[in-house]
Amino acid sequence: MPSAALADQAPPTAQATATQRAAVQVEDLHKSFGNLEVLKGVSLTAKQGDVVAIIGGSGSGKSTMLRCINFLETPSAGKIIIDGEEIEMRADGSPANRRQIERIRTRLAMVFQSFNLWSHRTLLENVIEVPVHVLKQPRAEAIAKARKLLVRVGLADKEEAFPAFLSGGQQQRAAIARALAVDPGVMLFDEPTSALDPELVGEVLTVIRDLAAEGRTMLLVTHEMRFAREVADHVVYLYQGRIEEQGPPAEVFGNPKSERLQQFLKSVS
Amino acid sequence: MTTVKSLMQPHRIVMMALFAAFVLWCALSMRWDWIPKYAPLALEGLWTTLWILVVTTVLGFLLAIPLGLAQAIGPWYLSAPARLFCTVIRGTPLLLQIWLLYYGLGSLFPQFPWIRSSELWPYLRQAWPYAVMALTLSYAGYEGEVMRGAFSGVAKGQLEAAKSFGMPRFTMFRRIWLPQAIRNVLPTLGGETILQLKATPLVATITVVEIYAVSSRVRADTFIVYEPLLLLALAYMIIAGLIGLAFKRFENQGPGRR
Repeated sequence: MPSAALADQAPPTAQATATQRAAVQVEDLHKSFGNLEVLKGVSLTAKQGDVVAIIGGSGSGKSTMLRCINFLETPSAGKIIIDGEEIEMRADGSPANRRQIERIRTRLAMVFQSFNLWSHRTLLENVIEVPVHVLKQPRAEAIAKARKLLVRVGLADKEEAFPAFLSGGQQQRAAIARALAVDPGVMLFDEPTSALDPELVGEVLTVIRDLAAEGRTMLLVTHEMRFAREVADHVVYLYQGRIEEQGPPAEVFGNPKSERLQQFLKSVS
Repeated sequence: MTTVKSLMQPHRIVMMALFAAFVLWCALSMRWDWIPKYAPLALEGLWTTLWILVVTTVLGFLLAIPLGLAQAIGPWYLSAPARLFCTVIRGTPLLLQIWLLYYGLGSLFPQFPWIRSSELWPYLRQAWPYAVMALTLSYAGYEGEVMRGAFSGVAKGQLEAAKSFGMPRFTMFRRIWLPQAIRNVLPTLGGETILQLKATPLVATITVVEIYAVSSRVRADTFIVYEPLLLLALAYMIIAGLIGLAFKRFENQGPGRR
């Protein structure tokens, strides 16, 4: 088995004995918006190099869970541990230490459904923004690296273009380059192809597939079941804020045990 | 874009000919002999108008940023006073504000010996500090409201992206939020700056000698009414045109529409 993400019933001691330090560890995560409880106790572990795909219907809480990991949403309760460092939380789940959050976020890079490239900057400026102004790397170095990344995602000739003049697929590939520019320990993909026209999905998936192949740790919320099956080491199915079923992709897709998962897979295929 | 060819339409040629005739008539049959005598004063007045415009828009805009920010995301004890300030400024005539500052504050200050003996007193005895103060506060009041909308209007995802990369809050404000907010309201700001230009004649009422005051002076001295006013209108139109062009250039520098 290539990975060992743990079931949400597993006792914490089992996680502590894991030989390898987990890149991302989520323990008993709860999140409520007002009276609506979106996450009802989710636990998840991703080891270094794991690709974890998170699937589920809309409203199942998969995006919320991903956004809790880098505290774009503040969890209501639970623990988030990134590379062995637990994020300090107050009793209400809000981050207790802003510096710590900011430092940890620089090691997590997120790719958004709606790309969120900074619209007032060119692609090259987008890619060097965080290295230069957050990580304080020398500008020339950041530019050299950004150019390589843009070549890698196939946008070498677009570095002077503004995001609004690019197709969705190009924007998303640029957003991936921006994420790679910070040398992230973990990449978080929040439905990276959901806002794309069908014919543009492939070019983005190709880039993500490459990243998975080079052993990057990734958490991937996706609706692309075939893709999840192909690249993931571990698949998590969320249903109404709980993990309904998880396991290696062959199991989850090939032999789903839960009735809900069976129905879900039927409905999306 | 207007090209030479597009100007050569019959109705446009007629309009241009009419305008040329009007200019020619103005030049030949109106009185302009007063110009040499008053030119130095007019230039001084023009300079006063320009520096008051630039100083008050720059200072006013710097003040509008915190005013807008406080209203957009501030806690109630910051947003409430900011909103009150903008409401009061926008709800009262500028002329009234200028007079209240000049005659009110201006007559209050001399009653305090420590102000009279301070380094600032030589300035506070003059009219222009009150003019600058009133115009600055007025511009800040209007632009504070504009910036509130501008800050709220920046797409949430733009800030989330910055946040998700661990960008500190002030860096995010400086690099992402403020530039995008300003870009979104550049056309509005251009218009408001032209309005500010046209508000400057009001300071003539508290003895600041800017270009409008010079034209009044010419009229009072020589009883020539229309010629100085026509020239004055031309001067304002040229400045307004330059402001418009400058903002157009700013707008064209960026990525265009989002």
